[in-house]
Amino acid sequence: MTDLLDRKLIFVTGKGGVGKTTIAASLAWLAADRGKRTLVCEVDAKGNLADFYETAPTRFEEREIAPRLWAMSMDTEASLKQYLSLQLKLPLMLRIGPLAKMFDFVASAAPGVREIVTVGKLCWEVKEKHYDLIVVDASATGHIVGQLTAPQAINQLVQVGLVRQQTGWMLDILDDPSTTGLVVVATPAEMPVSETLDLTARLREETNVDLAAIVVNRVLPELFGRGEEEVFERLDASPGPRDQIDAAVAGPVVSLMRAARLTVTMRRSRTEHLERLRGAIDPNVPLLYMPYLFFRSHGLRATHQLADALSAELGY
Amino acid sequence: MASGSGPTSSRAESIEGLLASKEIVIACGSGGVGKTTTAAAAATMAAVRHGGKVLVVTVDPARRLANALGLEGFGNVEKRVDPDAFKSAGVRPRGELWAAMLDTKQSWDDLVRRHAPDRETSGRILSNPLYQNISGKFIQSHDYIAMERLYEIHSEGNFDLIVVDTPPTRNAMDFIEAPRRMADFFSSRLLRLLIAPYQSRLVNMASRPFYQVADRVLGSQFLEDIAEFFILFQTMYGGFVERANAVERLLRDRRTTFVVVSTLEAAPVKEAEFFIEVLSSKRFHLGALILNKVLPEYLLDEAAEQRAARFCDDAVELAKLDGLAESLHTDQEQLARVLAEVGANFRNFAVVARREAGLRHDLQVRPEVVATVPEFDEDIHDLPGLLRLGERIWT
Repeated sequence: MTDLLDRKLIFVTGKGGVGKTTIAASLAWLAADRGKRTLVCEVDAKGNLADFYETAPTRFEEREIAPRLWAMSMDTEASLKQYLSLQLKLPLMLRIGPLAKMFDFVASAAPGVREIVTVGKLCWEVKEKHYDLIVVDASATGHIVGQLTAPQAINQLVQVGLVRQQTGWMLDILDDPSTTGLVVVATPAEMPVSETLDLTARLREETNVDLAAIVVNRVLPELFGRGEEEVFERLDASPGPRDQIDAAVAGPVVSLMRAARLTVTMRRSRTEHLERLRGAIDPNVPLLYMPYLFFRSHGLRATHQLADALSAELGY
Repeated sequence: MASGSGPTSSRAESIEGLLASKEIVIACGSGGVGKTTTAAAAATMAAVRHGGKVLVVTVDPARRLANALGLEGFGNVEKRVDPDAFKSAGVRPRGELWAAMLDTKQSWDDLVRRHAPDRETSGRILSNPLYQNISGKFIQSHDYIAMERLYEIHSEGNFDLIVVDTPPTRNAMDFIEAPRRMADFFSSRLLRLLIAPYQSRLVNMASRPFYQVADRVLGSQFLEDIAEFFILFQTMYGGFVERANAVERLLRDRRTTFVVVSTLEAAPVKEAEFFIEVLSSKRFHLGALILNKVLPEYLLDEAAEQRAARFCDDAVELAKLDGLAESLHTDQEQLARVLAEVGANFRNFAVVARREAGLRHDLQVRPEVVATVPEFDEDIHDLPGLLRLGERIWT
């Protein structure tokens, strides 16, 4: 299997709230740090990719925000205009005005049109070799298949015309596992794991896009080493020794014990979900574990920490 | 009801009061905050405590509510949650809990059948390739259909309370604006421009640069499919616009309230604040803010924090306390490690808890009711779990 960062186009998806953007941001950061000219593109117009680099809001025009790292956010209308001028060589007059409006209109009704313009722009950047790697903070699990299958959908809907002619080379890029891969982000919880498994099944059935890796985000560290949990259990259940410790630290330690118990049970239930995930996924697909960050949950510092963790998990 | 008296006593001061006084509760918030579970828990509590017929509608294609209620494969029809499930959870509900899952495709088809002038037109719409794609896959169509279906259920008058879990939207506002967008869509000038040449054969399409370009880009067959679709859809114009307006009126009705769900993390809080602002600026009723998965308060105790520091710094000394290691059947070295880990764990989570408290303190907007739900150490996937959660938001 192609090394993750040696691909050209990586789509990062996941259920809402699992940290999809964080992972896309740190993956791109790591790639740039390792010498690759990297473009990171935010597809959903939430506009918070910039927060993960603590930089000014990203726009459709790529901007270098760190050495070898460019960032942009997708704007389907701007993308269409660019496409029309570059690919179809349409005169400017026709690219603005009624056509743009018509596009907006058709795009809000015809499925696949907005998606094809998005995917088309990304594939075009790959084709033109402007970057070594493009990391896409893509749609959430519910919509990613629609995004990735947009060229097929267009092929079915549009029988002739220039748009249809454009879908062939896009499919070549998307379907090549050494070029394109999908990274699914999950957390060790019931719903994110279920959605990840549903998605990987749909990915196999409905697309030819390769599942490049699954990132498990916010994994709690193991609290106790071998045999230590039993000691903790005995301490928690023994009033005598507890009184002894309370006296030594001048006050009750009940909150400390409760917090430890919360961690132990949370970790236990999360481990069950992790095991369900591990058991159901093709063993050749790398599972990358990202630690739960206690001290910073967002911002550049968190991006750096997760980039380091990704680097370690990828064996660099 | 809340026991408060005086001029504000008629206003809802708790989730309990809110559920008693409203007929429609719409839960919203960003993905992953526990919206679906919260909506199900609120509906369950209302059915148990207040009685009557309570319906929870989920529109999420991931079918989470089905899991949460231990149900499988319930479709566009409202189904009663088995009373035996309550019995085995050890409660005797005063009322009935019903659940429904939104089937977007089915709902669109029903809508077309209702509004098309005749069966031939509805048949042609239903078989139009563009329509099939829109109704089945089109993301934003969930937003509209969720609100449309809510209207439908409400006007049938079979339920005392309807709790709706909203679809995951790209923009939190999407589904509130969906009825208006749908009405605008059908009234648009551009739509008329687009379908004009197909409606009247008198216009020579090829002579117009606009259509020339559109034809070159999309192909004439596709343009014809689009045009046919819109022409057919226009036959439903009147009914559709009227309906969309009625749906919007219902959302603004005083019997309807919105409940915003969030966790105390930066991004969801930002989204919740944005949502609350929009709700109030557009004069929708904001009933409550539910803060979900909040870490326990004892983590904020400073004295405990100091003891945790002692556990970390003086673990070796503490483990040497007279007879302590022996009475726990361990050696001093292992005991020291355990104490240090317990201390470090507390300090780690105390950092997170303080961050949460900071976010809560900084919340720019506060509805009358703010409920807090603790982080449960296990997933909520059954009725007892929903009841456990429900108890925490009730008063």
